[in-house]
Amino acid sequence: MDIFLQQVINGLTLGSVYAVVALGYTMVYGIIQLINFAHGEVVMIGAMVAFSVITTLAAAGLPPLALVLLGVACAMVVCMLVGYGVERLAYRPLRGAPRLAPLITAIGVSIILQHVAMLVWTRNVIAFPQIIKIELYTFGGATITNVQLAIVVLCVVIMAGLAGLVYRTRLGAAMRATAQNSKVAGLMGIDVNRVIAATFVIGAALGAVAGVMVGTYYGIAQYTMGSILGLKAFAAAVLGGIGNIPGAMVGGVLLGVVEALGAGYIGDLTDLCRYGWLASLLDERCAQGGHFILFGSNYQDVFAFVVLILVLVFRPSGLLGERVGDRA
Amino acid sequence: MTQVKFGSIILAAAVAAALAACGEQKPAPKAEAAKAPPPPSMEIKIGHVAPLTGGIAHLGKDNENGARLAIEEANAAKIKIDGKEVKFVLVAEDDQADPKVGTTVAQKLVDAKVAGVVGHLNSGTSIPASPLYSQAGIPVISGSATNPKLTEQGFKTQFRVVARDDQQGPAIANFLATENKPKLVAVIDDATAYGEGIANEVEKTLKAANVKVLPREKGTDKTTDWKAVLTKLKGKAPDAVFYGGMDATGGPLMKQGRELGIKAVFSFGDGACTDEMTKLAGPAAEGLLCSQAGIPPQAASKAFLDAYKKKYNVDPILYAPFTYDATNLLIAAMKKVDSADPAKYLPELAKSEFSGATGKIAFDAKGDRKDAEITIFTMKGGKIEPVAVVKGGSTMSYADFLKSMGGG
Repeated sequence: MDIFLQQVINGLTLGSVYAVVALGYTMVYGIIQLINFAHGEVVMIGAMVAFSVITTLAAAGLPPLALVLLGVACAMVVCMLVGYGVERLAYRPLRGAPRLAPLITAIGVSIILQHVAMLVWTRNVIAFPQIIKIELYTFGGATITNVQLAIVVLCVVIMAGLAGLVYRTRLGAAMRATAQNSKVAGLMGIDVNRVIAATFVIGAALGAVAGVMVGTYYGIAQYTMGSILGLKAFAAAVLGGIGNIPGAMVGGVLLGVVEALGAGYIGDLTDLCRYGWLASLLDERCAQGGHFILFGSNYQDVFAFVVLILVLVFRPSGLLGERVGDRA
Repeated sequence: MTQVKFGSIILAAAVAAALAACGEQKPAPKAEAAKAPPPPSMEIKIGHVAPLTGGIAHLGKDNENGARLAIEEANAAKIKIDGKEVKFVLVAEDDQADPKVGTTVAQKLVDAKVAGVVGHLNSGTSIPASPLYSQAGIPVISGSATNPKLTEQGFKTQFRVVARDDQQGPAIANFLATENKPKLVAVIDDATAYGEGIANEVEKTLKAANVKVLPREKGTDKTTDWKAVLTKLKGKAPDAVFYGGMDATGGPLMKQGRELGIKAVFSFGDGACTDEMTKLAGPAAEGLLCSQAGIPPQAASKAFLDAYKKKYNVDPILYAPFTYDATNLLIAAMKKVDSADPAKYLPELAKSEFSGATGKIAFDAKGDRKDAEITIFTMKGGKIEPVAVVKGGSTMSYADFLKSMGGG
């Protein structure tokens, strides 16, 4: 049971990161029905900027927490600029074009950002400065680190903050109005372009936070880290119902847990020697407690996409997706 | 907006991505006629291949530095071959540690008519590249590819100056079994030719020493999240964990293992046996046990170490002394037969009796180095320190080994 609990904790941490990234996808989709495939790269740039800031300032002898906060702040500023720039240069000129056009641009932007990052931060795996002293807390046989706790708590705070923004502020009301019908929103005096730009900027800021989370959690960063993370977060957004903010949260956390449990148990479940009639067929491999494992935990990355396919086949609108009209 | 439309957009995106991935060209492995007449200016090209970009670029650069040092020394010595003064040129290529790119650059070197090749760094790139060199008749010496398969393919042109995994695996496994006396060991690999090869050898040796081994766990060479695997292992409480893979994945593995409170001894092969592990795993790296095929760079000959330090202003990281020796082996064989024609100097290379920066080198019938050494290290205070050397099946402490090398 403690193993199961540990896997769930691992999954929750991973899922919180997916959820924060998925928010960026879902907010943009909610407003302009565009899948911003460049969002994963924004996350990567967030991690890289934080890395540079923290490494540069670490020499100055600042306390670890101040360093991390400074790193996050700088990463957020840079990512917001990137998010605004991408929207202004790559998507706004295509407003009103067939929906496939901005999608292709999104893929193009993602490739450009990735390679710019490669030029700036090299192809190498970067060891993220491990300035936070890892502390272990044990309960019920499972352990959780201070970094993991911080990630989960931050994720909840971000969710609450975003909900407040969308449902309690004038900007949020404008966002919801634009999501429902941008033409009518424009007629009502809402500056639609400004609202869309604001959505991109907020999504990018969340991406920056997610990037720092990933960097601190795994201790490494690389210019390619955004693509697989972005795709998984996208799967999470679809799972929760794309365009739906609570959906992104639920989808992200669920996907993280599915992935952790899947990777943790797939090896045991596909060990053919566990199944009596198959074991007798595989006498040689299974004799004396041998194993014949069909799929190992290296299939971890597959689960997100299996989930994506299942959702698209059986419930294309996602788990919370029936409220299609209430997108942002 | 209908959901059907949404689905079709995702499909279109997936197709676009798939097309982009298929766009990479696969080189047609066409055989060049085995002729390399020395050009009139008597410039002899020697190829070097290692990943100069990517997660292990620092190791690739180190290998290249070793080869470059040998080339420059040979040029400074104004060697004469066939009555003409020779200028050796190093053609350095980047294979990105990717088997596809590895064959592409191998073909490039064959087309450029190099007289010999030093490399590749990885087993995964060396093995697919070796038939190309064999067809072209170009000798290739790897200073770091340790997968046994490399020299088991029967190519007369393939050599290596490091130990094989089936020597390295048993060495670290034996050391683990006798020094740490674990009852239960977990073995993980990264599903590459190298990682799987060394993990298989470790498992075989441990089982022979009556140590129980858990069913193999696998990641990939890009895995960053090991928590699921490690949590599963934690439940079985192994006394030691062996990982066959590189440091970019091994670092996070060890860090996450300690975060989960796993107290087992972590042991690695040569791919994750560098000081980089301290950066990648942080304080968690302390106490790791790892092996390197060959001898530590700091045990190489003093002449080499001084020259390397003088030229590059850093110390060699890992296999530089071996690529240095490999390059010198090629040059020595060319000098001996007075020709840079691979067909002429290849037989001489095969029966080399050479004394280099890494000690005496002679090849067996397969092209492997006879009596190759393997060194066991442990991480202490952020640096890996050699603790023992395994040679010809017997283990001796590092201090004794240095004495046998005449003080290192």
